[in-house]
Amino acid sequence: MESNGGVDESTRLLRELQSLKDSKRDIEARISVIEAQLQQSQSNQLLDKKASSDCPNCVSDSGHDLTPDMIYRYSRQLLLPSFGVKGQSNLLKSSILVIGAGGLGSPALLYLAACGVGRLGMVDHDVVELNNLHRQIIHGEAYIGRSKVESAAAACRSINSTIEIIEHKEALRTSNALEIVSKYDIVIDATDNAPSRYMISDCCVLLGKPLVSGAALGLEGQLAVYNYNGGPCYRCLFPTPPPTTACQRCSDSGVLGVVPGVIGCLQALEAIKLASLVGEPLSGRMLLFDALSARIRIVKIRGRSSQCEVCGENPTLTQQNFQHFDYENFTQSPLSPAPLKLKLLPEGSRITSKEYEKVVKNGNTHVLIDVRPSHHYKIVSLPNSMNVPLANLEEKLPEMESVLKGVESVYVVCRRGNDSQRAVNVLHKMGVFNAKDIVGGLESWARDVDHRFPTY
Amino acid sequence: MQLTLEFGGGLELLCDSVKIHSVDVDLPSEEKQLTMKHLLAWVRSNLIKERPEMFMKGDTVRPGVLVLVNDCDWELSGQLDTTLENKDVIVFISTLHGG
Repeated sequence: MESNGGVDESTRLLRELQSLKDSKRDIEARISVIEAQLQQSQSNQLLDKKASSDCPNCVSDSGHDLTPDMIYRYSRQLLLPSFGVKGQSNLLKSSILVIGAGGLGSPALLYLAACGVGRLGMVDHDVVELNNLHRQIIHGEAYIGRSKVESAAAACRSINSTIEIIEHKEALRTSNALEIVSKYDIVIDATDNAPSRYMISDCCVLLGKPLVSGAALGLEGQLAVYNYNGGPCYRCLFPTPPPTTACQRCSDSGVLGVVPGVIGCLQALEAIKLASLVGEPLSGRMLLFDALSARIRIVKIRGRSSQCEVCGENPTLTQQNFQHFDYENFTQSPLSPAPLKLKLLPEGSRITSKEYEKVVKNGNTHVLIDVRPSHHYKIVSLPNSMNVPLANLEEKLPEMESVLKGVESVYVVCRRGNDSQRAVNVLHKMGVFNAKDIVGGLESWARDVDHRFPTY
Repeated sequence: MQLTLEFGGGLELLCDSVKIHSVDVDLPSEEKQLTMKHLLAWVRSNLIKERPEMFMKGDTVRPGVLVLVNDCDWELSGQLDTTLENKDVIVFISTLHGG
């Protein structure tokens, strides 16, 4: 009873703590909004006073509406002859939507908030995780488990409390995309999957918004401006979606944090150019960034296609049918990329991680084959496992025959339990009939058996 | 004909993870000019080591692959009919979606 009371007590305290923290955050957000409003109204008063006290002939009106605070804050941009007061005024009047507050969105949002975009919107439904922090530099440890949009908005407000920051804590879908995107002048695609990229591009064409599209994976990045001034849209370039197997994800293939950082910064730069009407946007061209060889290549791409189903001469997509268009089906991949869960094997050819633990504890003779790529195996592995990557399994099998002979069972493990099933199919085909896979792979081992086992 | 071929965006994984290939491609017999169509067939049989379906579909590249001839989209030079010249640089790049 007493120990139960202790548990109840700490649950109650934890709840109270969380609720106090939430209230504190809300109050802080309100404080910064009110501070910004106060600052704005004080500098407006200052301007009014100055305007009314000066003689009409003195021309105090310098032809812009920058307040003294704005002039000081943005002075280094005002000093740029090619940007100057005009560029800054345009920027302050503009609105930019950043879709995705991840690796690309993080630096983009920070720079856009800092440089003085009048209204900055952000869309994301995700929460901050520890393995995001190496690249999603807008988020800090204190926000782990909390909304990315909340975290990013707080960071932007702490840099610049004088701009309007709008939080869209939801996934962008065909049902809300037109409404959200229509409120902004410029869109930045900082998402991480193919269906979102098609959906955002189509939405921008339907609403006539220029799109700054960036992507990064591994050690490479790509950047282009679409649907700008008669230039091509994403679909002009990629009318047919690639096969799903060609769409790699950062959570599988890895990404060096600074690579999306570079592309995200360039996205902010292109958006600033569009908003301030300064410079030559990267439209009709594409920037290709190769971090490993330190090369940036800018190539000329095709113009707007008259055959394009969205922006061509006879478009088939309208605002009406956009809302019912199934982008997941079109690209054959999910909008919010969740790990794939295959089921290729019958129950009898699989065991759970808990059952495998019993096999080990009982000392049953067995072989454990880990079929992940060798660089995954080097991160972490189960004791007494042998690493034979799936790609090499067939060719390595003859060498393994002596090891596989005479054991009760052969078990196969991978990271999540998909490749292990493919591997068991290969083994069965090659005559190793006692091969079974561990359901859910090393992730299930970490979840159900050994909580200290590292996941990645 | 001396050509430089580059693979990026993950396509290099199909050719032993080598991104840049300096190659010498012979003109097909009875042809006067080397076209991209010839080159693609040559790449498929000489450079692509695995999963050719990740590079080609039918006689052209698969959806999602950009082809650049001397830093210019091959759509602008005639796609498969683009004729190549000595020392041309051809880039094959797979579009990325990560972020």
